[in-house]
Amino acid sequence: MSESRKITLATSWLDGCSGCHMSFLDIDERLIELADKVEFVYSPLVDYKQMPESIDVGILEGAVSSEDDLDKALKFRKHCKFLISLGDCAVTGNVPAMRNFFPLDAVFDRAFKENVQLQPQRPTVNVPKLLVPVRPIHSVVKVDLFIPGCPPSANTIWQILSELVAGRMPNPAQFTRFGA
Amino acid sequence: MIVPATPPKVRVVTLKIDDKDLSAREDETILEVARQNRIAIPSLCFLEGLSIWGACRLCVVEMKGSSRLLSACSTRVTEGMEVQTNTERLRHYRRVILELLFAERNHVCSVCVSNGNCELQSLAQSCGLDHVRVPYRTSVYEVDPTHDLFRLDHNRCILCTRCVRVCDEIEGAHTWDVMGRGIGCRVVTDLKRPWGESASCTGCGKCVQVCPTGALVSQGTSAGEMRKDRRFLPYLSQMRGVR
Amino acid sequence: MNIDELRDVAEKVREEAAKCSHCLRVCTAAGCQSSGAGAVVEGLKAAVGDNPQVQVKSVGCMGLCSGGPLVEVESREGGSKVMYQKVTPGDASEIVESLGGRPVERLVCPTDIPFFASQQKIVLENSGVIDPEEIDDYIAADGYQALVTSLTEMQPDDVLREVTRSGLRGRGGGGYPTGLKWSTVAKMPAEQKFVVCNADEGDPGAFMDRGVLESDPHRVLEGMAIAAYAVGASRGYIYIRAEYPLAIERLKTAIRQAGRRRLLGLNICETRFSFDVEIRLGAGAFVCGEETALMASVEGLRGQPRPRPPYPAQEGLWGYPTLINNVETFGNVPSIIRHGGEWFAGIGTENSKGTKIFALAGRIQHTGLIEVPMGIPLREIVHTIGGGIPEGRTFKAVQTGGPSGGCIPESHLDVSVDYDNLRQVGSIMGSGGMIVMDDTSSMVDVARYFMDFCASESCGKCVPCRVGTHEMHGLLDKIARGQGTAADLALLEELCEVVQATSLCGLGQTAPNPVLSTLRYFRHEYEQLLRPSDDEKPASGGQVVTEAKS
Repeated sequence: MSESRKITLATSWLDGCSGCHMSFLDIDERLIELADKVEFVYSPLVDYKQMPESIDVGILEGAVSSEDDLDKALKFRKHCKFLISLGDCAVTGNVPAMRNFFPLDAVFDRAFKENVQLQPQRPTVNVPKLLVPVRPIHSVVKVDLFIPGCPPSANTIWQILSELVAGRMPNPAQFTRFGA
Repeated sequence: MIVPATPPKVRVVTLKIDDKDLSAREDETILEVARQNRIAIPSLCFLEGLSIWGACRLCVVEMKGSSRLLSACSTRVTEGMEVQTNTERLRHYRRVILELLFAERNHVCSVCVSNGNCELQSLAQSCGLDHVRVPYRTSVYEVDPTHDLFRLDHNRCILCTRCVRVCDEIEGAHTWDVMGRGIGCRVVTDLKRPWGESASCTGCGKCVQVCPTGALVSQGTSAGEMRKDRRFLPYLSQMRGVR
Repeated sequence: MNIDELRDVAEKVREEAAKCSHCLRVCTAAGCQSSGAGAVVEGLKAAVGDNPQVQVKSVGCMGLCSGGPLVEVESREGGSKVMYQKVTPGDASEIVESLGGRPVERLVCPTDIPFFASQQKIVLENSGVIDPEEIDDYIAADGYQALVTSLTEMQPDDVLREVTRSGLRGRGGGGYPTGLKWSTVAKMPAEQKFVVCNADEGDPGAFMDRGVLESDPHRVLEGMAIAAYAVGASRGYIYIRAEYPLAIERLKTAIRQAGRRRLLGLNICETRFSFDVEIRLGAGAFVCGEETALMASVEGLRGQPRPRPPYPAQEGLWGYPTLINNVETFGNVPSIIRHGGEWFAGIGTENSKGTKIFALAGRIQHTGLIEVPMGIPLREIVHTIGGGIPEGRTFKAVQTGGPSGGCIPESHLDVSVDYDNLRQVGSIMGSGGMIVMDDTSSMVDVARYFMDFCASESCGKCVPCRVGTHEMHGLLDKIARGQGTAADLALLEELCEVVQATSLCGLGQTAPNPVLSTLRYFRHEYEQLLRPSDDEKPASGGQVVTEAKS
């Protein structure tokens, strides 16, 4: 990597709790160090609205549960040279995938009718269609690096990003595991 | 006067594991000898003290002169044997076997009561398994919470049968067994009666302690499960009077 | 019983037979019985009435199951034989009236066709000839001679030597040298040993063992008794699947008759050798054909395999040395002892001696049971003996070895059938099932069918077989439905390798074979069915989408 150009980084969350992004933010003051070498070009954490044509590294959190998730995953794969699945939802499906045990109708009823007192109804306008089954990202697009954990600790994220920034391929198993 | 030795019943042999020269008694298995010599071979169904089962296939090793892989837990050492336990091929096979286990049932580590305390989970980490390519089956399995002390969650069971063996061979109760075949296998108590109604279970809890995953756990180990037994409260004052 | 008494019995049967001018043999094995052979026997008996010159006999399998019910008419004078096919009870009187005159033309089944002419029968020599429910009939066909000779004139070592010299290899599928297996058990120092006959024939489309047991059960008992004498065993078990009720009935009869003739039981032939045989019924699990699972089942345990070594020859039933052979293997033994190992070794090829029984099934003109010398070209079996493909279709592949075997295409049809050659072309000899497929069969479907079979027959003990076969079936199903991608195919191949290499027993280790062999010869059929993967296509096409109903 040349000094003149920063590594471009995009992140997004699909079906998850955004806890992995929170864990990312938990690297605290090291964000400043990271900002010297990396530029966030597209992320819920920053304000860019348009995704650049070519991005060095993409990080996705969450499982693929809806058409919107699928579009995001495909878009990231198209624009990012290196794609990372961050966290158990992205890597295994995790908690979002637990709805796979039930018919979609039952899931909808539980969420929007049974536990709702005021005007129980299903949202139909401006919401993406849900996919069955919920799947991890790599079953939809090719993924280059997997960082399991629920969420992966800030340290894990920092270590792995540092390795990548230094041009080395990290081994996430050194730092994290499923459910960590 | 020196009494001539009687010939020993068991001989000692020399062998090579991962190019290390080792000696062992010929009634020992490759796995035992390897572990004595700090050579780590992953395994799940093996547990020292229980009979050998040979079913998880994680401990398969390569032996010079044999085209077949051998399970280290069930194969006794022989003179001149040369064994490799950690080739790229074996590491790959082990990862795939672990993938199959994760895909088979619902091992959602993040919400499992054994998170951080699970042999399957830590083996995935030590074998470098960071994602599962095999499609997840996502079949729902039931939970049997009927026992006062323990709980069975089929979602986390890997059918290693440690519980079956410890109950039969150590406790002598033979409460556990396996029913069904193929992917439909599952562990059962007393001919598939609820655990809480088992007449043979002694409640010793050995099965829970040998279970490598979160399939067999103590009751009261997940959030909100604490049940207070307050039946003695009306007698508190009387108890106090006794003192 | 000694050899002279045996000859007396044989003589008596032959004299009895010589009194008749004609013998009508009706196949009453399961195949012909299910197409009405029982009624044919009744019809013929009624038509014959009390004519002592004509004998009506229920016999075993004549081979050409597609022509059943089969009736063979033998006239003593000149020894001429005529075979009738698709006989109904209504034909009975016509057949009986024709005796001594011209045969009933419309029913005649030509026996000079290659289906009959190209066969060489050793194990099946008495099939379709003798009455399987009459021990004296078997004795008249030189039966039990080999046992009596072994006991009275040979040492166990001599028997071992003959069997070793014959070059016989296990007919259950593995092809392990029988002599070597016997010697291993014989050498084991143990006060108790067992002989087990594996009759748990479970391959789809295979019925060789059933044919032998229904047609000539005494031959198998005799083979087992000789084996027991050679290895020093005193108890035997026949593990037979409960789905073979007729074979079980005939075996029970045979065991009872042999016991009464004192050819089984205590002090056979007034020697110190004793041998008892018991029947154990399999409850329908394919895996119980695997020897260690079979033994567990005999012991009354769950039918699951265990790791080998130790092999059954070292630690078998209840920990005692145990000899396990297949029905057909035991069926070869009496002939080997009677004619000598040298004679047997003269038949077949360098590494595969003797003959092999095959069950022809599928898209082929003549289905049925055949016995041919080892080394015969596969093409001859399919096109000459089998009569080729019906309805003007063309040959596509022949599946040998059941779910553990593979599919052999036209380009390898000239391979000569022996253990090593079949392995080289990616299949196995197996127990002898042959399923012929024509150009209408999809090879992906074939692979999916066999994987479904293996997955549902997996005992569930070891992980690669329990989960691997299930996942492979899922991937095959996905590909067959046109939903699979190149990545799915790659994963399928990877799973094939892992399941093959790491499974506990033969069932799992060979379960990928049908996939591997169809991939080897018919890869294009898989590739034609693949769809592009998601990232190669515009978003959301081809997804499994379930819309929320409002």
